[in-house]
Amino acid sequence: MAVPEAVDWDALIRDPRFQSLHRRKSVFLWGLMALSIAYYFLLPIGAAYFQDLFKIRVWGVINVGLLFALSQFVVAWVIALVYSRKASRDFDVMAAELSAEFGSPGAQARAGVER
Amino acid sequence: MKATSKKWSAAALLAVATLGTRAAFAQTEIGAEYRWLTFLVFAVVIAITMFVTYVAAKRVRSASDFYTAGGGVSGFQNGWAIAGDYLSAASFLGIAGLISLYGYDGFMYSVGFLVAYITVLLLIAEPCRNIGRYTLSDILAYRNDPRKTRIVGALSVFTVSTFYLTAQMVGGGVLVKTLLGINYETSVACVGVLMLSYVLFGGMVATTWVQIIKAVLLVSASLVIVALVWTPYGFSLPAFLQDVVSDPRVQARVAVLLGDPAKSMSAAELGQRFLEPGLYLKAPIDQISLGLALVFGTAGLPHILMRFFTVRSALQARRSVVWAMVIIGGFYLLTLFLGFGAAKLVGPADIAAVDAGGNMAAPLLAQFIGGGPNAFFGNFMLAFVSAVAFATIVAVVAGLVLASASALAHDLYVGVWRAGKTVTPQGQVKAARVATIIVGAMAIGIGIAAKGQNAAVLVGLAFAVAASANFPCVLLTLHWKRCNTGGIVAGMLIGTIAAVGLTLISPNLTYPKAVKAAAHKVLDAAPAKRAAASEALASGDAATVGKAKKDLATLDKAVAKANADLAKWANDETSFMGLEKPLFELKNPGLISIPLGFLGVIFGSLLMRDRRAEEMWNEVYARQNTSLVVSKSVAH
Repeated sequence: MAVPEAVDWDALIRDPRFQSLHRRKSVFLWGLMALSIAYYFLLPIGAAYFQDLFKIRVWGVINVGLLFALSQFVVAWVIALVYSRKASRDFDVMAAELSAEFGSPGAQARAGVER
Repeated sequence: MKATSKKWSAAALLAVATLGTRAAFAQTEIGAEYRWLTFLVFAVVIAITMFVTYVAAKRVRSASDFYTAGGGVSGFQNGWAIAGDYLSAASFLGIAGLISLYGYDGFMYSVGFLVAYITVLLLIAEPCRNIGRYTLSDILAYRNDPRKTRIVGALSVFTVSTFYLTAQMVGGGVLVKTLLGINYETSVACVGVLMLSYVLFGGMVATTWVQIIKAVLLVSASLVIVALVWTPYGFSLPAFLQDVVSDPRVQARVAVLLGDPAKSMSAAELGQRFLEPGLYLKAPIDQISLGLALVFGTAGLPHILMRFFTVRSALQARRSVVWAMVIIGGFYLLTLFLGFGAAKLVGPADIAAVDAGGNMAAPLLAQFIGGGPNAFFGNFMLAFVSAVAFATIVAVVAGLVLASASALAHDLYVGVWRAGKTVTPQGQVKAARVATIIVGAMAIGIGIAAKGQNAAVLVGLAFAVAASANFPCVLLTLHWKRCNTGGIVAGMLIGTIAAVGLTLISPNLTYPKAVKAAAHKVLDAAPAKRAAASEALASGDAATVGKAKKDLATLDKAVAKANADLAKWANDETSFMGLEKPLFELKNPGLISIPLGFLGVIFGSLLMRDRRAEEMWNEVYARQNTSLVVSKSVAH
């Protein structure tokens, strides 16, 4: 399956820039993931166990439950936007730098010297 | 717009005046004098997609073209195609229907379907693009034993796709039958043949464009209907919902759903109850289990994962999910108006009379908005929405068949059977086309055999298997160093068996004893109800007599159904699995089967150590984070 290439993967992942990229990405991704899952499950949990709260009318006939369900859309979109901005401004730039270096034949030689 | 809304108001008045006769039209889909119009609209939609297929067919030369459109789809296009793949008949017709019949609870489904894409965006889409090539098994086989993982991967792809496919075929067959009066078997065959022609000749290029066209049509049709529904309220949400909850038919529906407790509630309270949770999903734990399956299942659906191989880079994969979330989320917001609009304008009782699951809510609303069953525009709207629903089913089925065919041709034939031998590019495309014909023929056969099955249960099962087997395997092979062949095999098998097994002993199956007990209850209560209705008939008051007549008609239907149930299950005491009552109480197995799938991968990996998988971890880990040297599909 793998395309024949001569990238030194071990050197790449030992590179401090790669480690920094991965650390920042992991914290950011899993943090957003936990946030979105927690926020989503408040909906079925609220609908099941906090019906009195969901029934409170706030805007005409519109109640807390309906507003909360609508807020899920906004939160989902905001998370998508926040992630894609962060990814294209930070992660992509860092990854491109590493790719350019380790993807070219010269990069391997340099990586070899540094070792 | 203004003229239409005036026309609409006139039609609304007319409809209220002729309330008694409205139930009659609901039964007769489209009037015979307008049937030509329906066929014309269907023909135009099919002709457009056929033209696209014809153009696409010239561009399909290699296996990469066939499976992934050569990796040349842009993020924006792929976002529309993902929306086209995902907004199946179940979500378009089903959710609008659930909202129209059960209010708030129906809308909660919409939320789950959208939030699912956050998991896809954050954890799955980009690594998949960087690691995979054509199929889900490519990702699993990357650092594991290719033979074993491709076999279990392909099995799981078949399982998920077959359940999903069957649901779409059943839904499509019923839809075409209801709208056009063509019999079920012919309808299924039409869907199958049309889908086969897209996939066979145009591969992923045509499938992508069919999905894009369908998504654009679906969103446009919904926007037009929602604009017409909402304009009279000056685009005010509270005013619109106020009118919905003030509707006597909506209030009557809530009273029916609540039963005895409704007797002490005022009309206003009953209406307001329509906007509160708990009319459809009565067991809280079931709702949470379903939520888990929805949120994690999407990330394991093979036909959705396959869409990420059609774009050039991780950046484009990310863009496609963001666009898909905008389109899918926007569409699900519209379902709020489609569902509540149908409840207010068509009425829950009339919607349920045409289809008990509410699947006809959106088409009936379209007809009503256009001026009703006797107006040209009304029938045009109905025909258009129906054609869009038909295109929806064909497009989703095409995506599913392509995913299954790629598992058969690329994973099993090229990857396992002919492993180690070279298969020429021509040979690969030929294998893909032969696999498409096999899978397509199976889809038609299964669709016909599954007549009368509950489409919603089948979709739920597809999501459950995807969440319990595919999702843990894909997630852990991408993000956990120790994951290996043993884990993938164990996770796939345990996840699939747990999801399917728990469903087979769940309340989703028919339990003859319970059905018969319910039927006896209806029959026992009938004489008293009949006596009450006769008394009301004699009262002479016009309103009371009208209501009594309706009650009698409903009662007659219920009695007929109870008798039919008794006859149907006369000789059965146990379910298909030989059980008198469900052993497992949850309707969706996710809460149990998803953790079991994860445990399968974890323990399988720990018990069977694999040095190669760990040695290759660095490569997988670096590759998914840097998109360094993406597969050859880009480099032509």
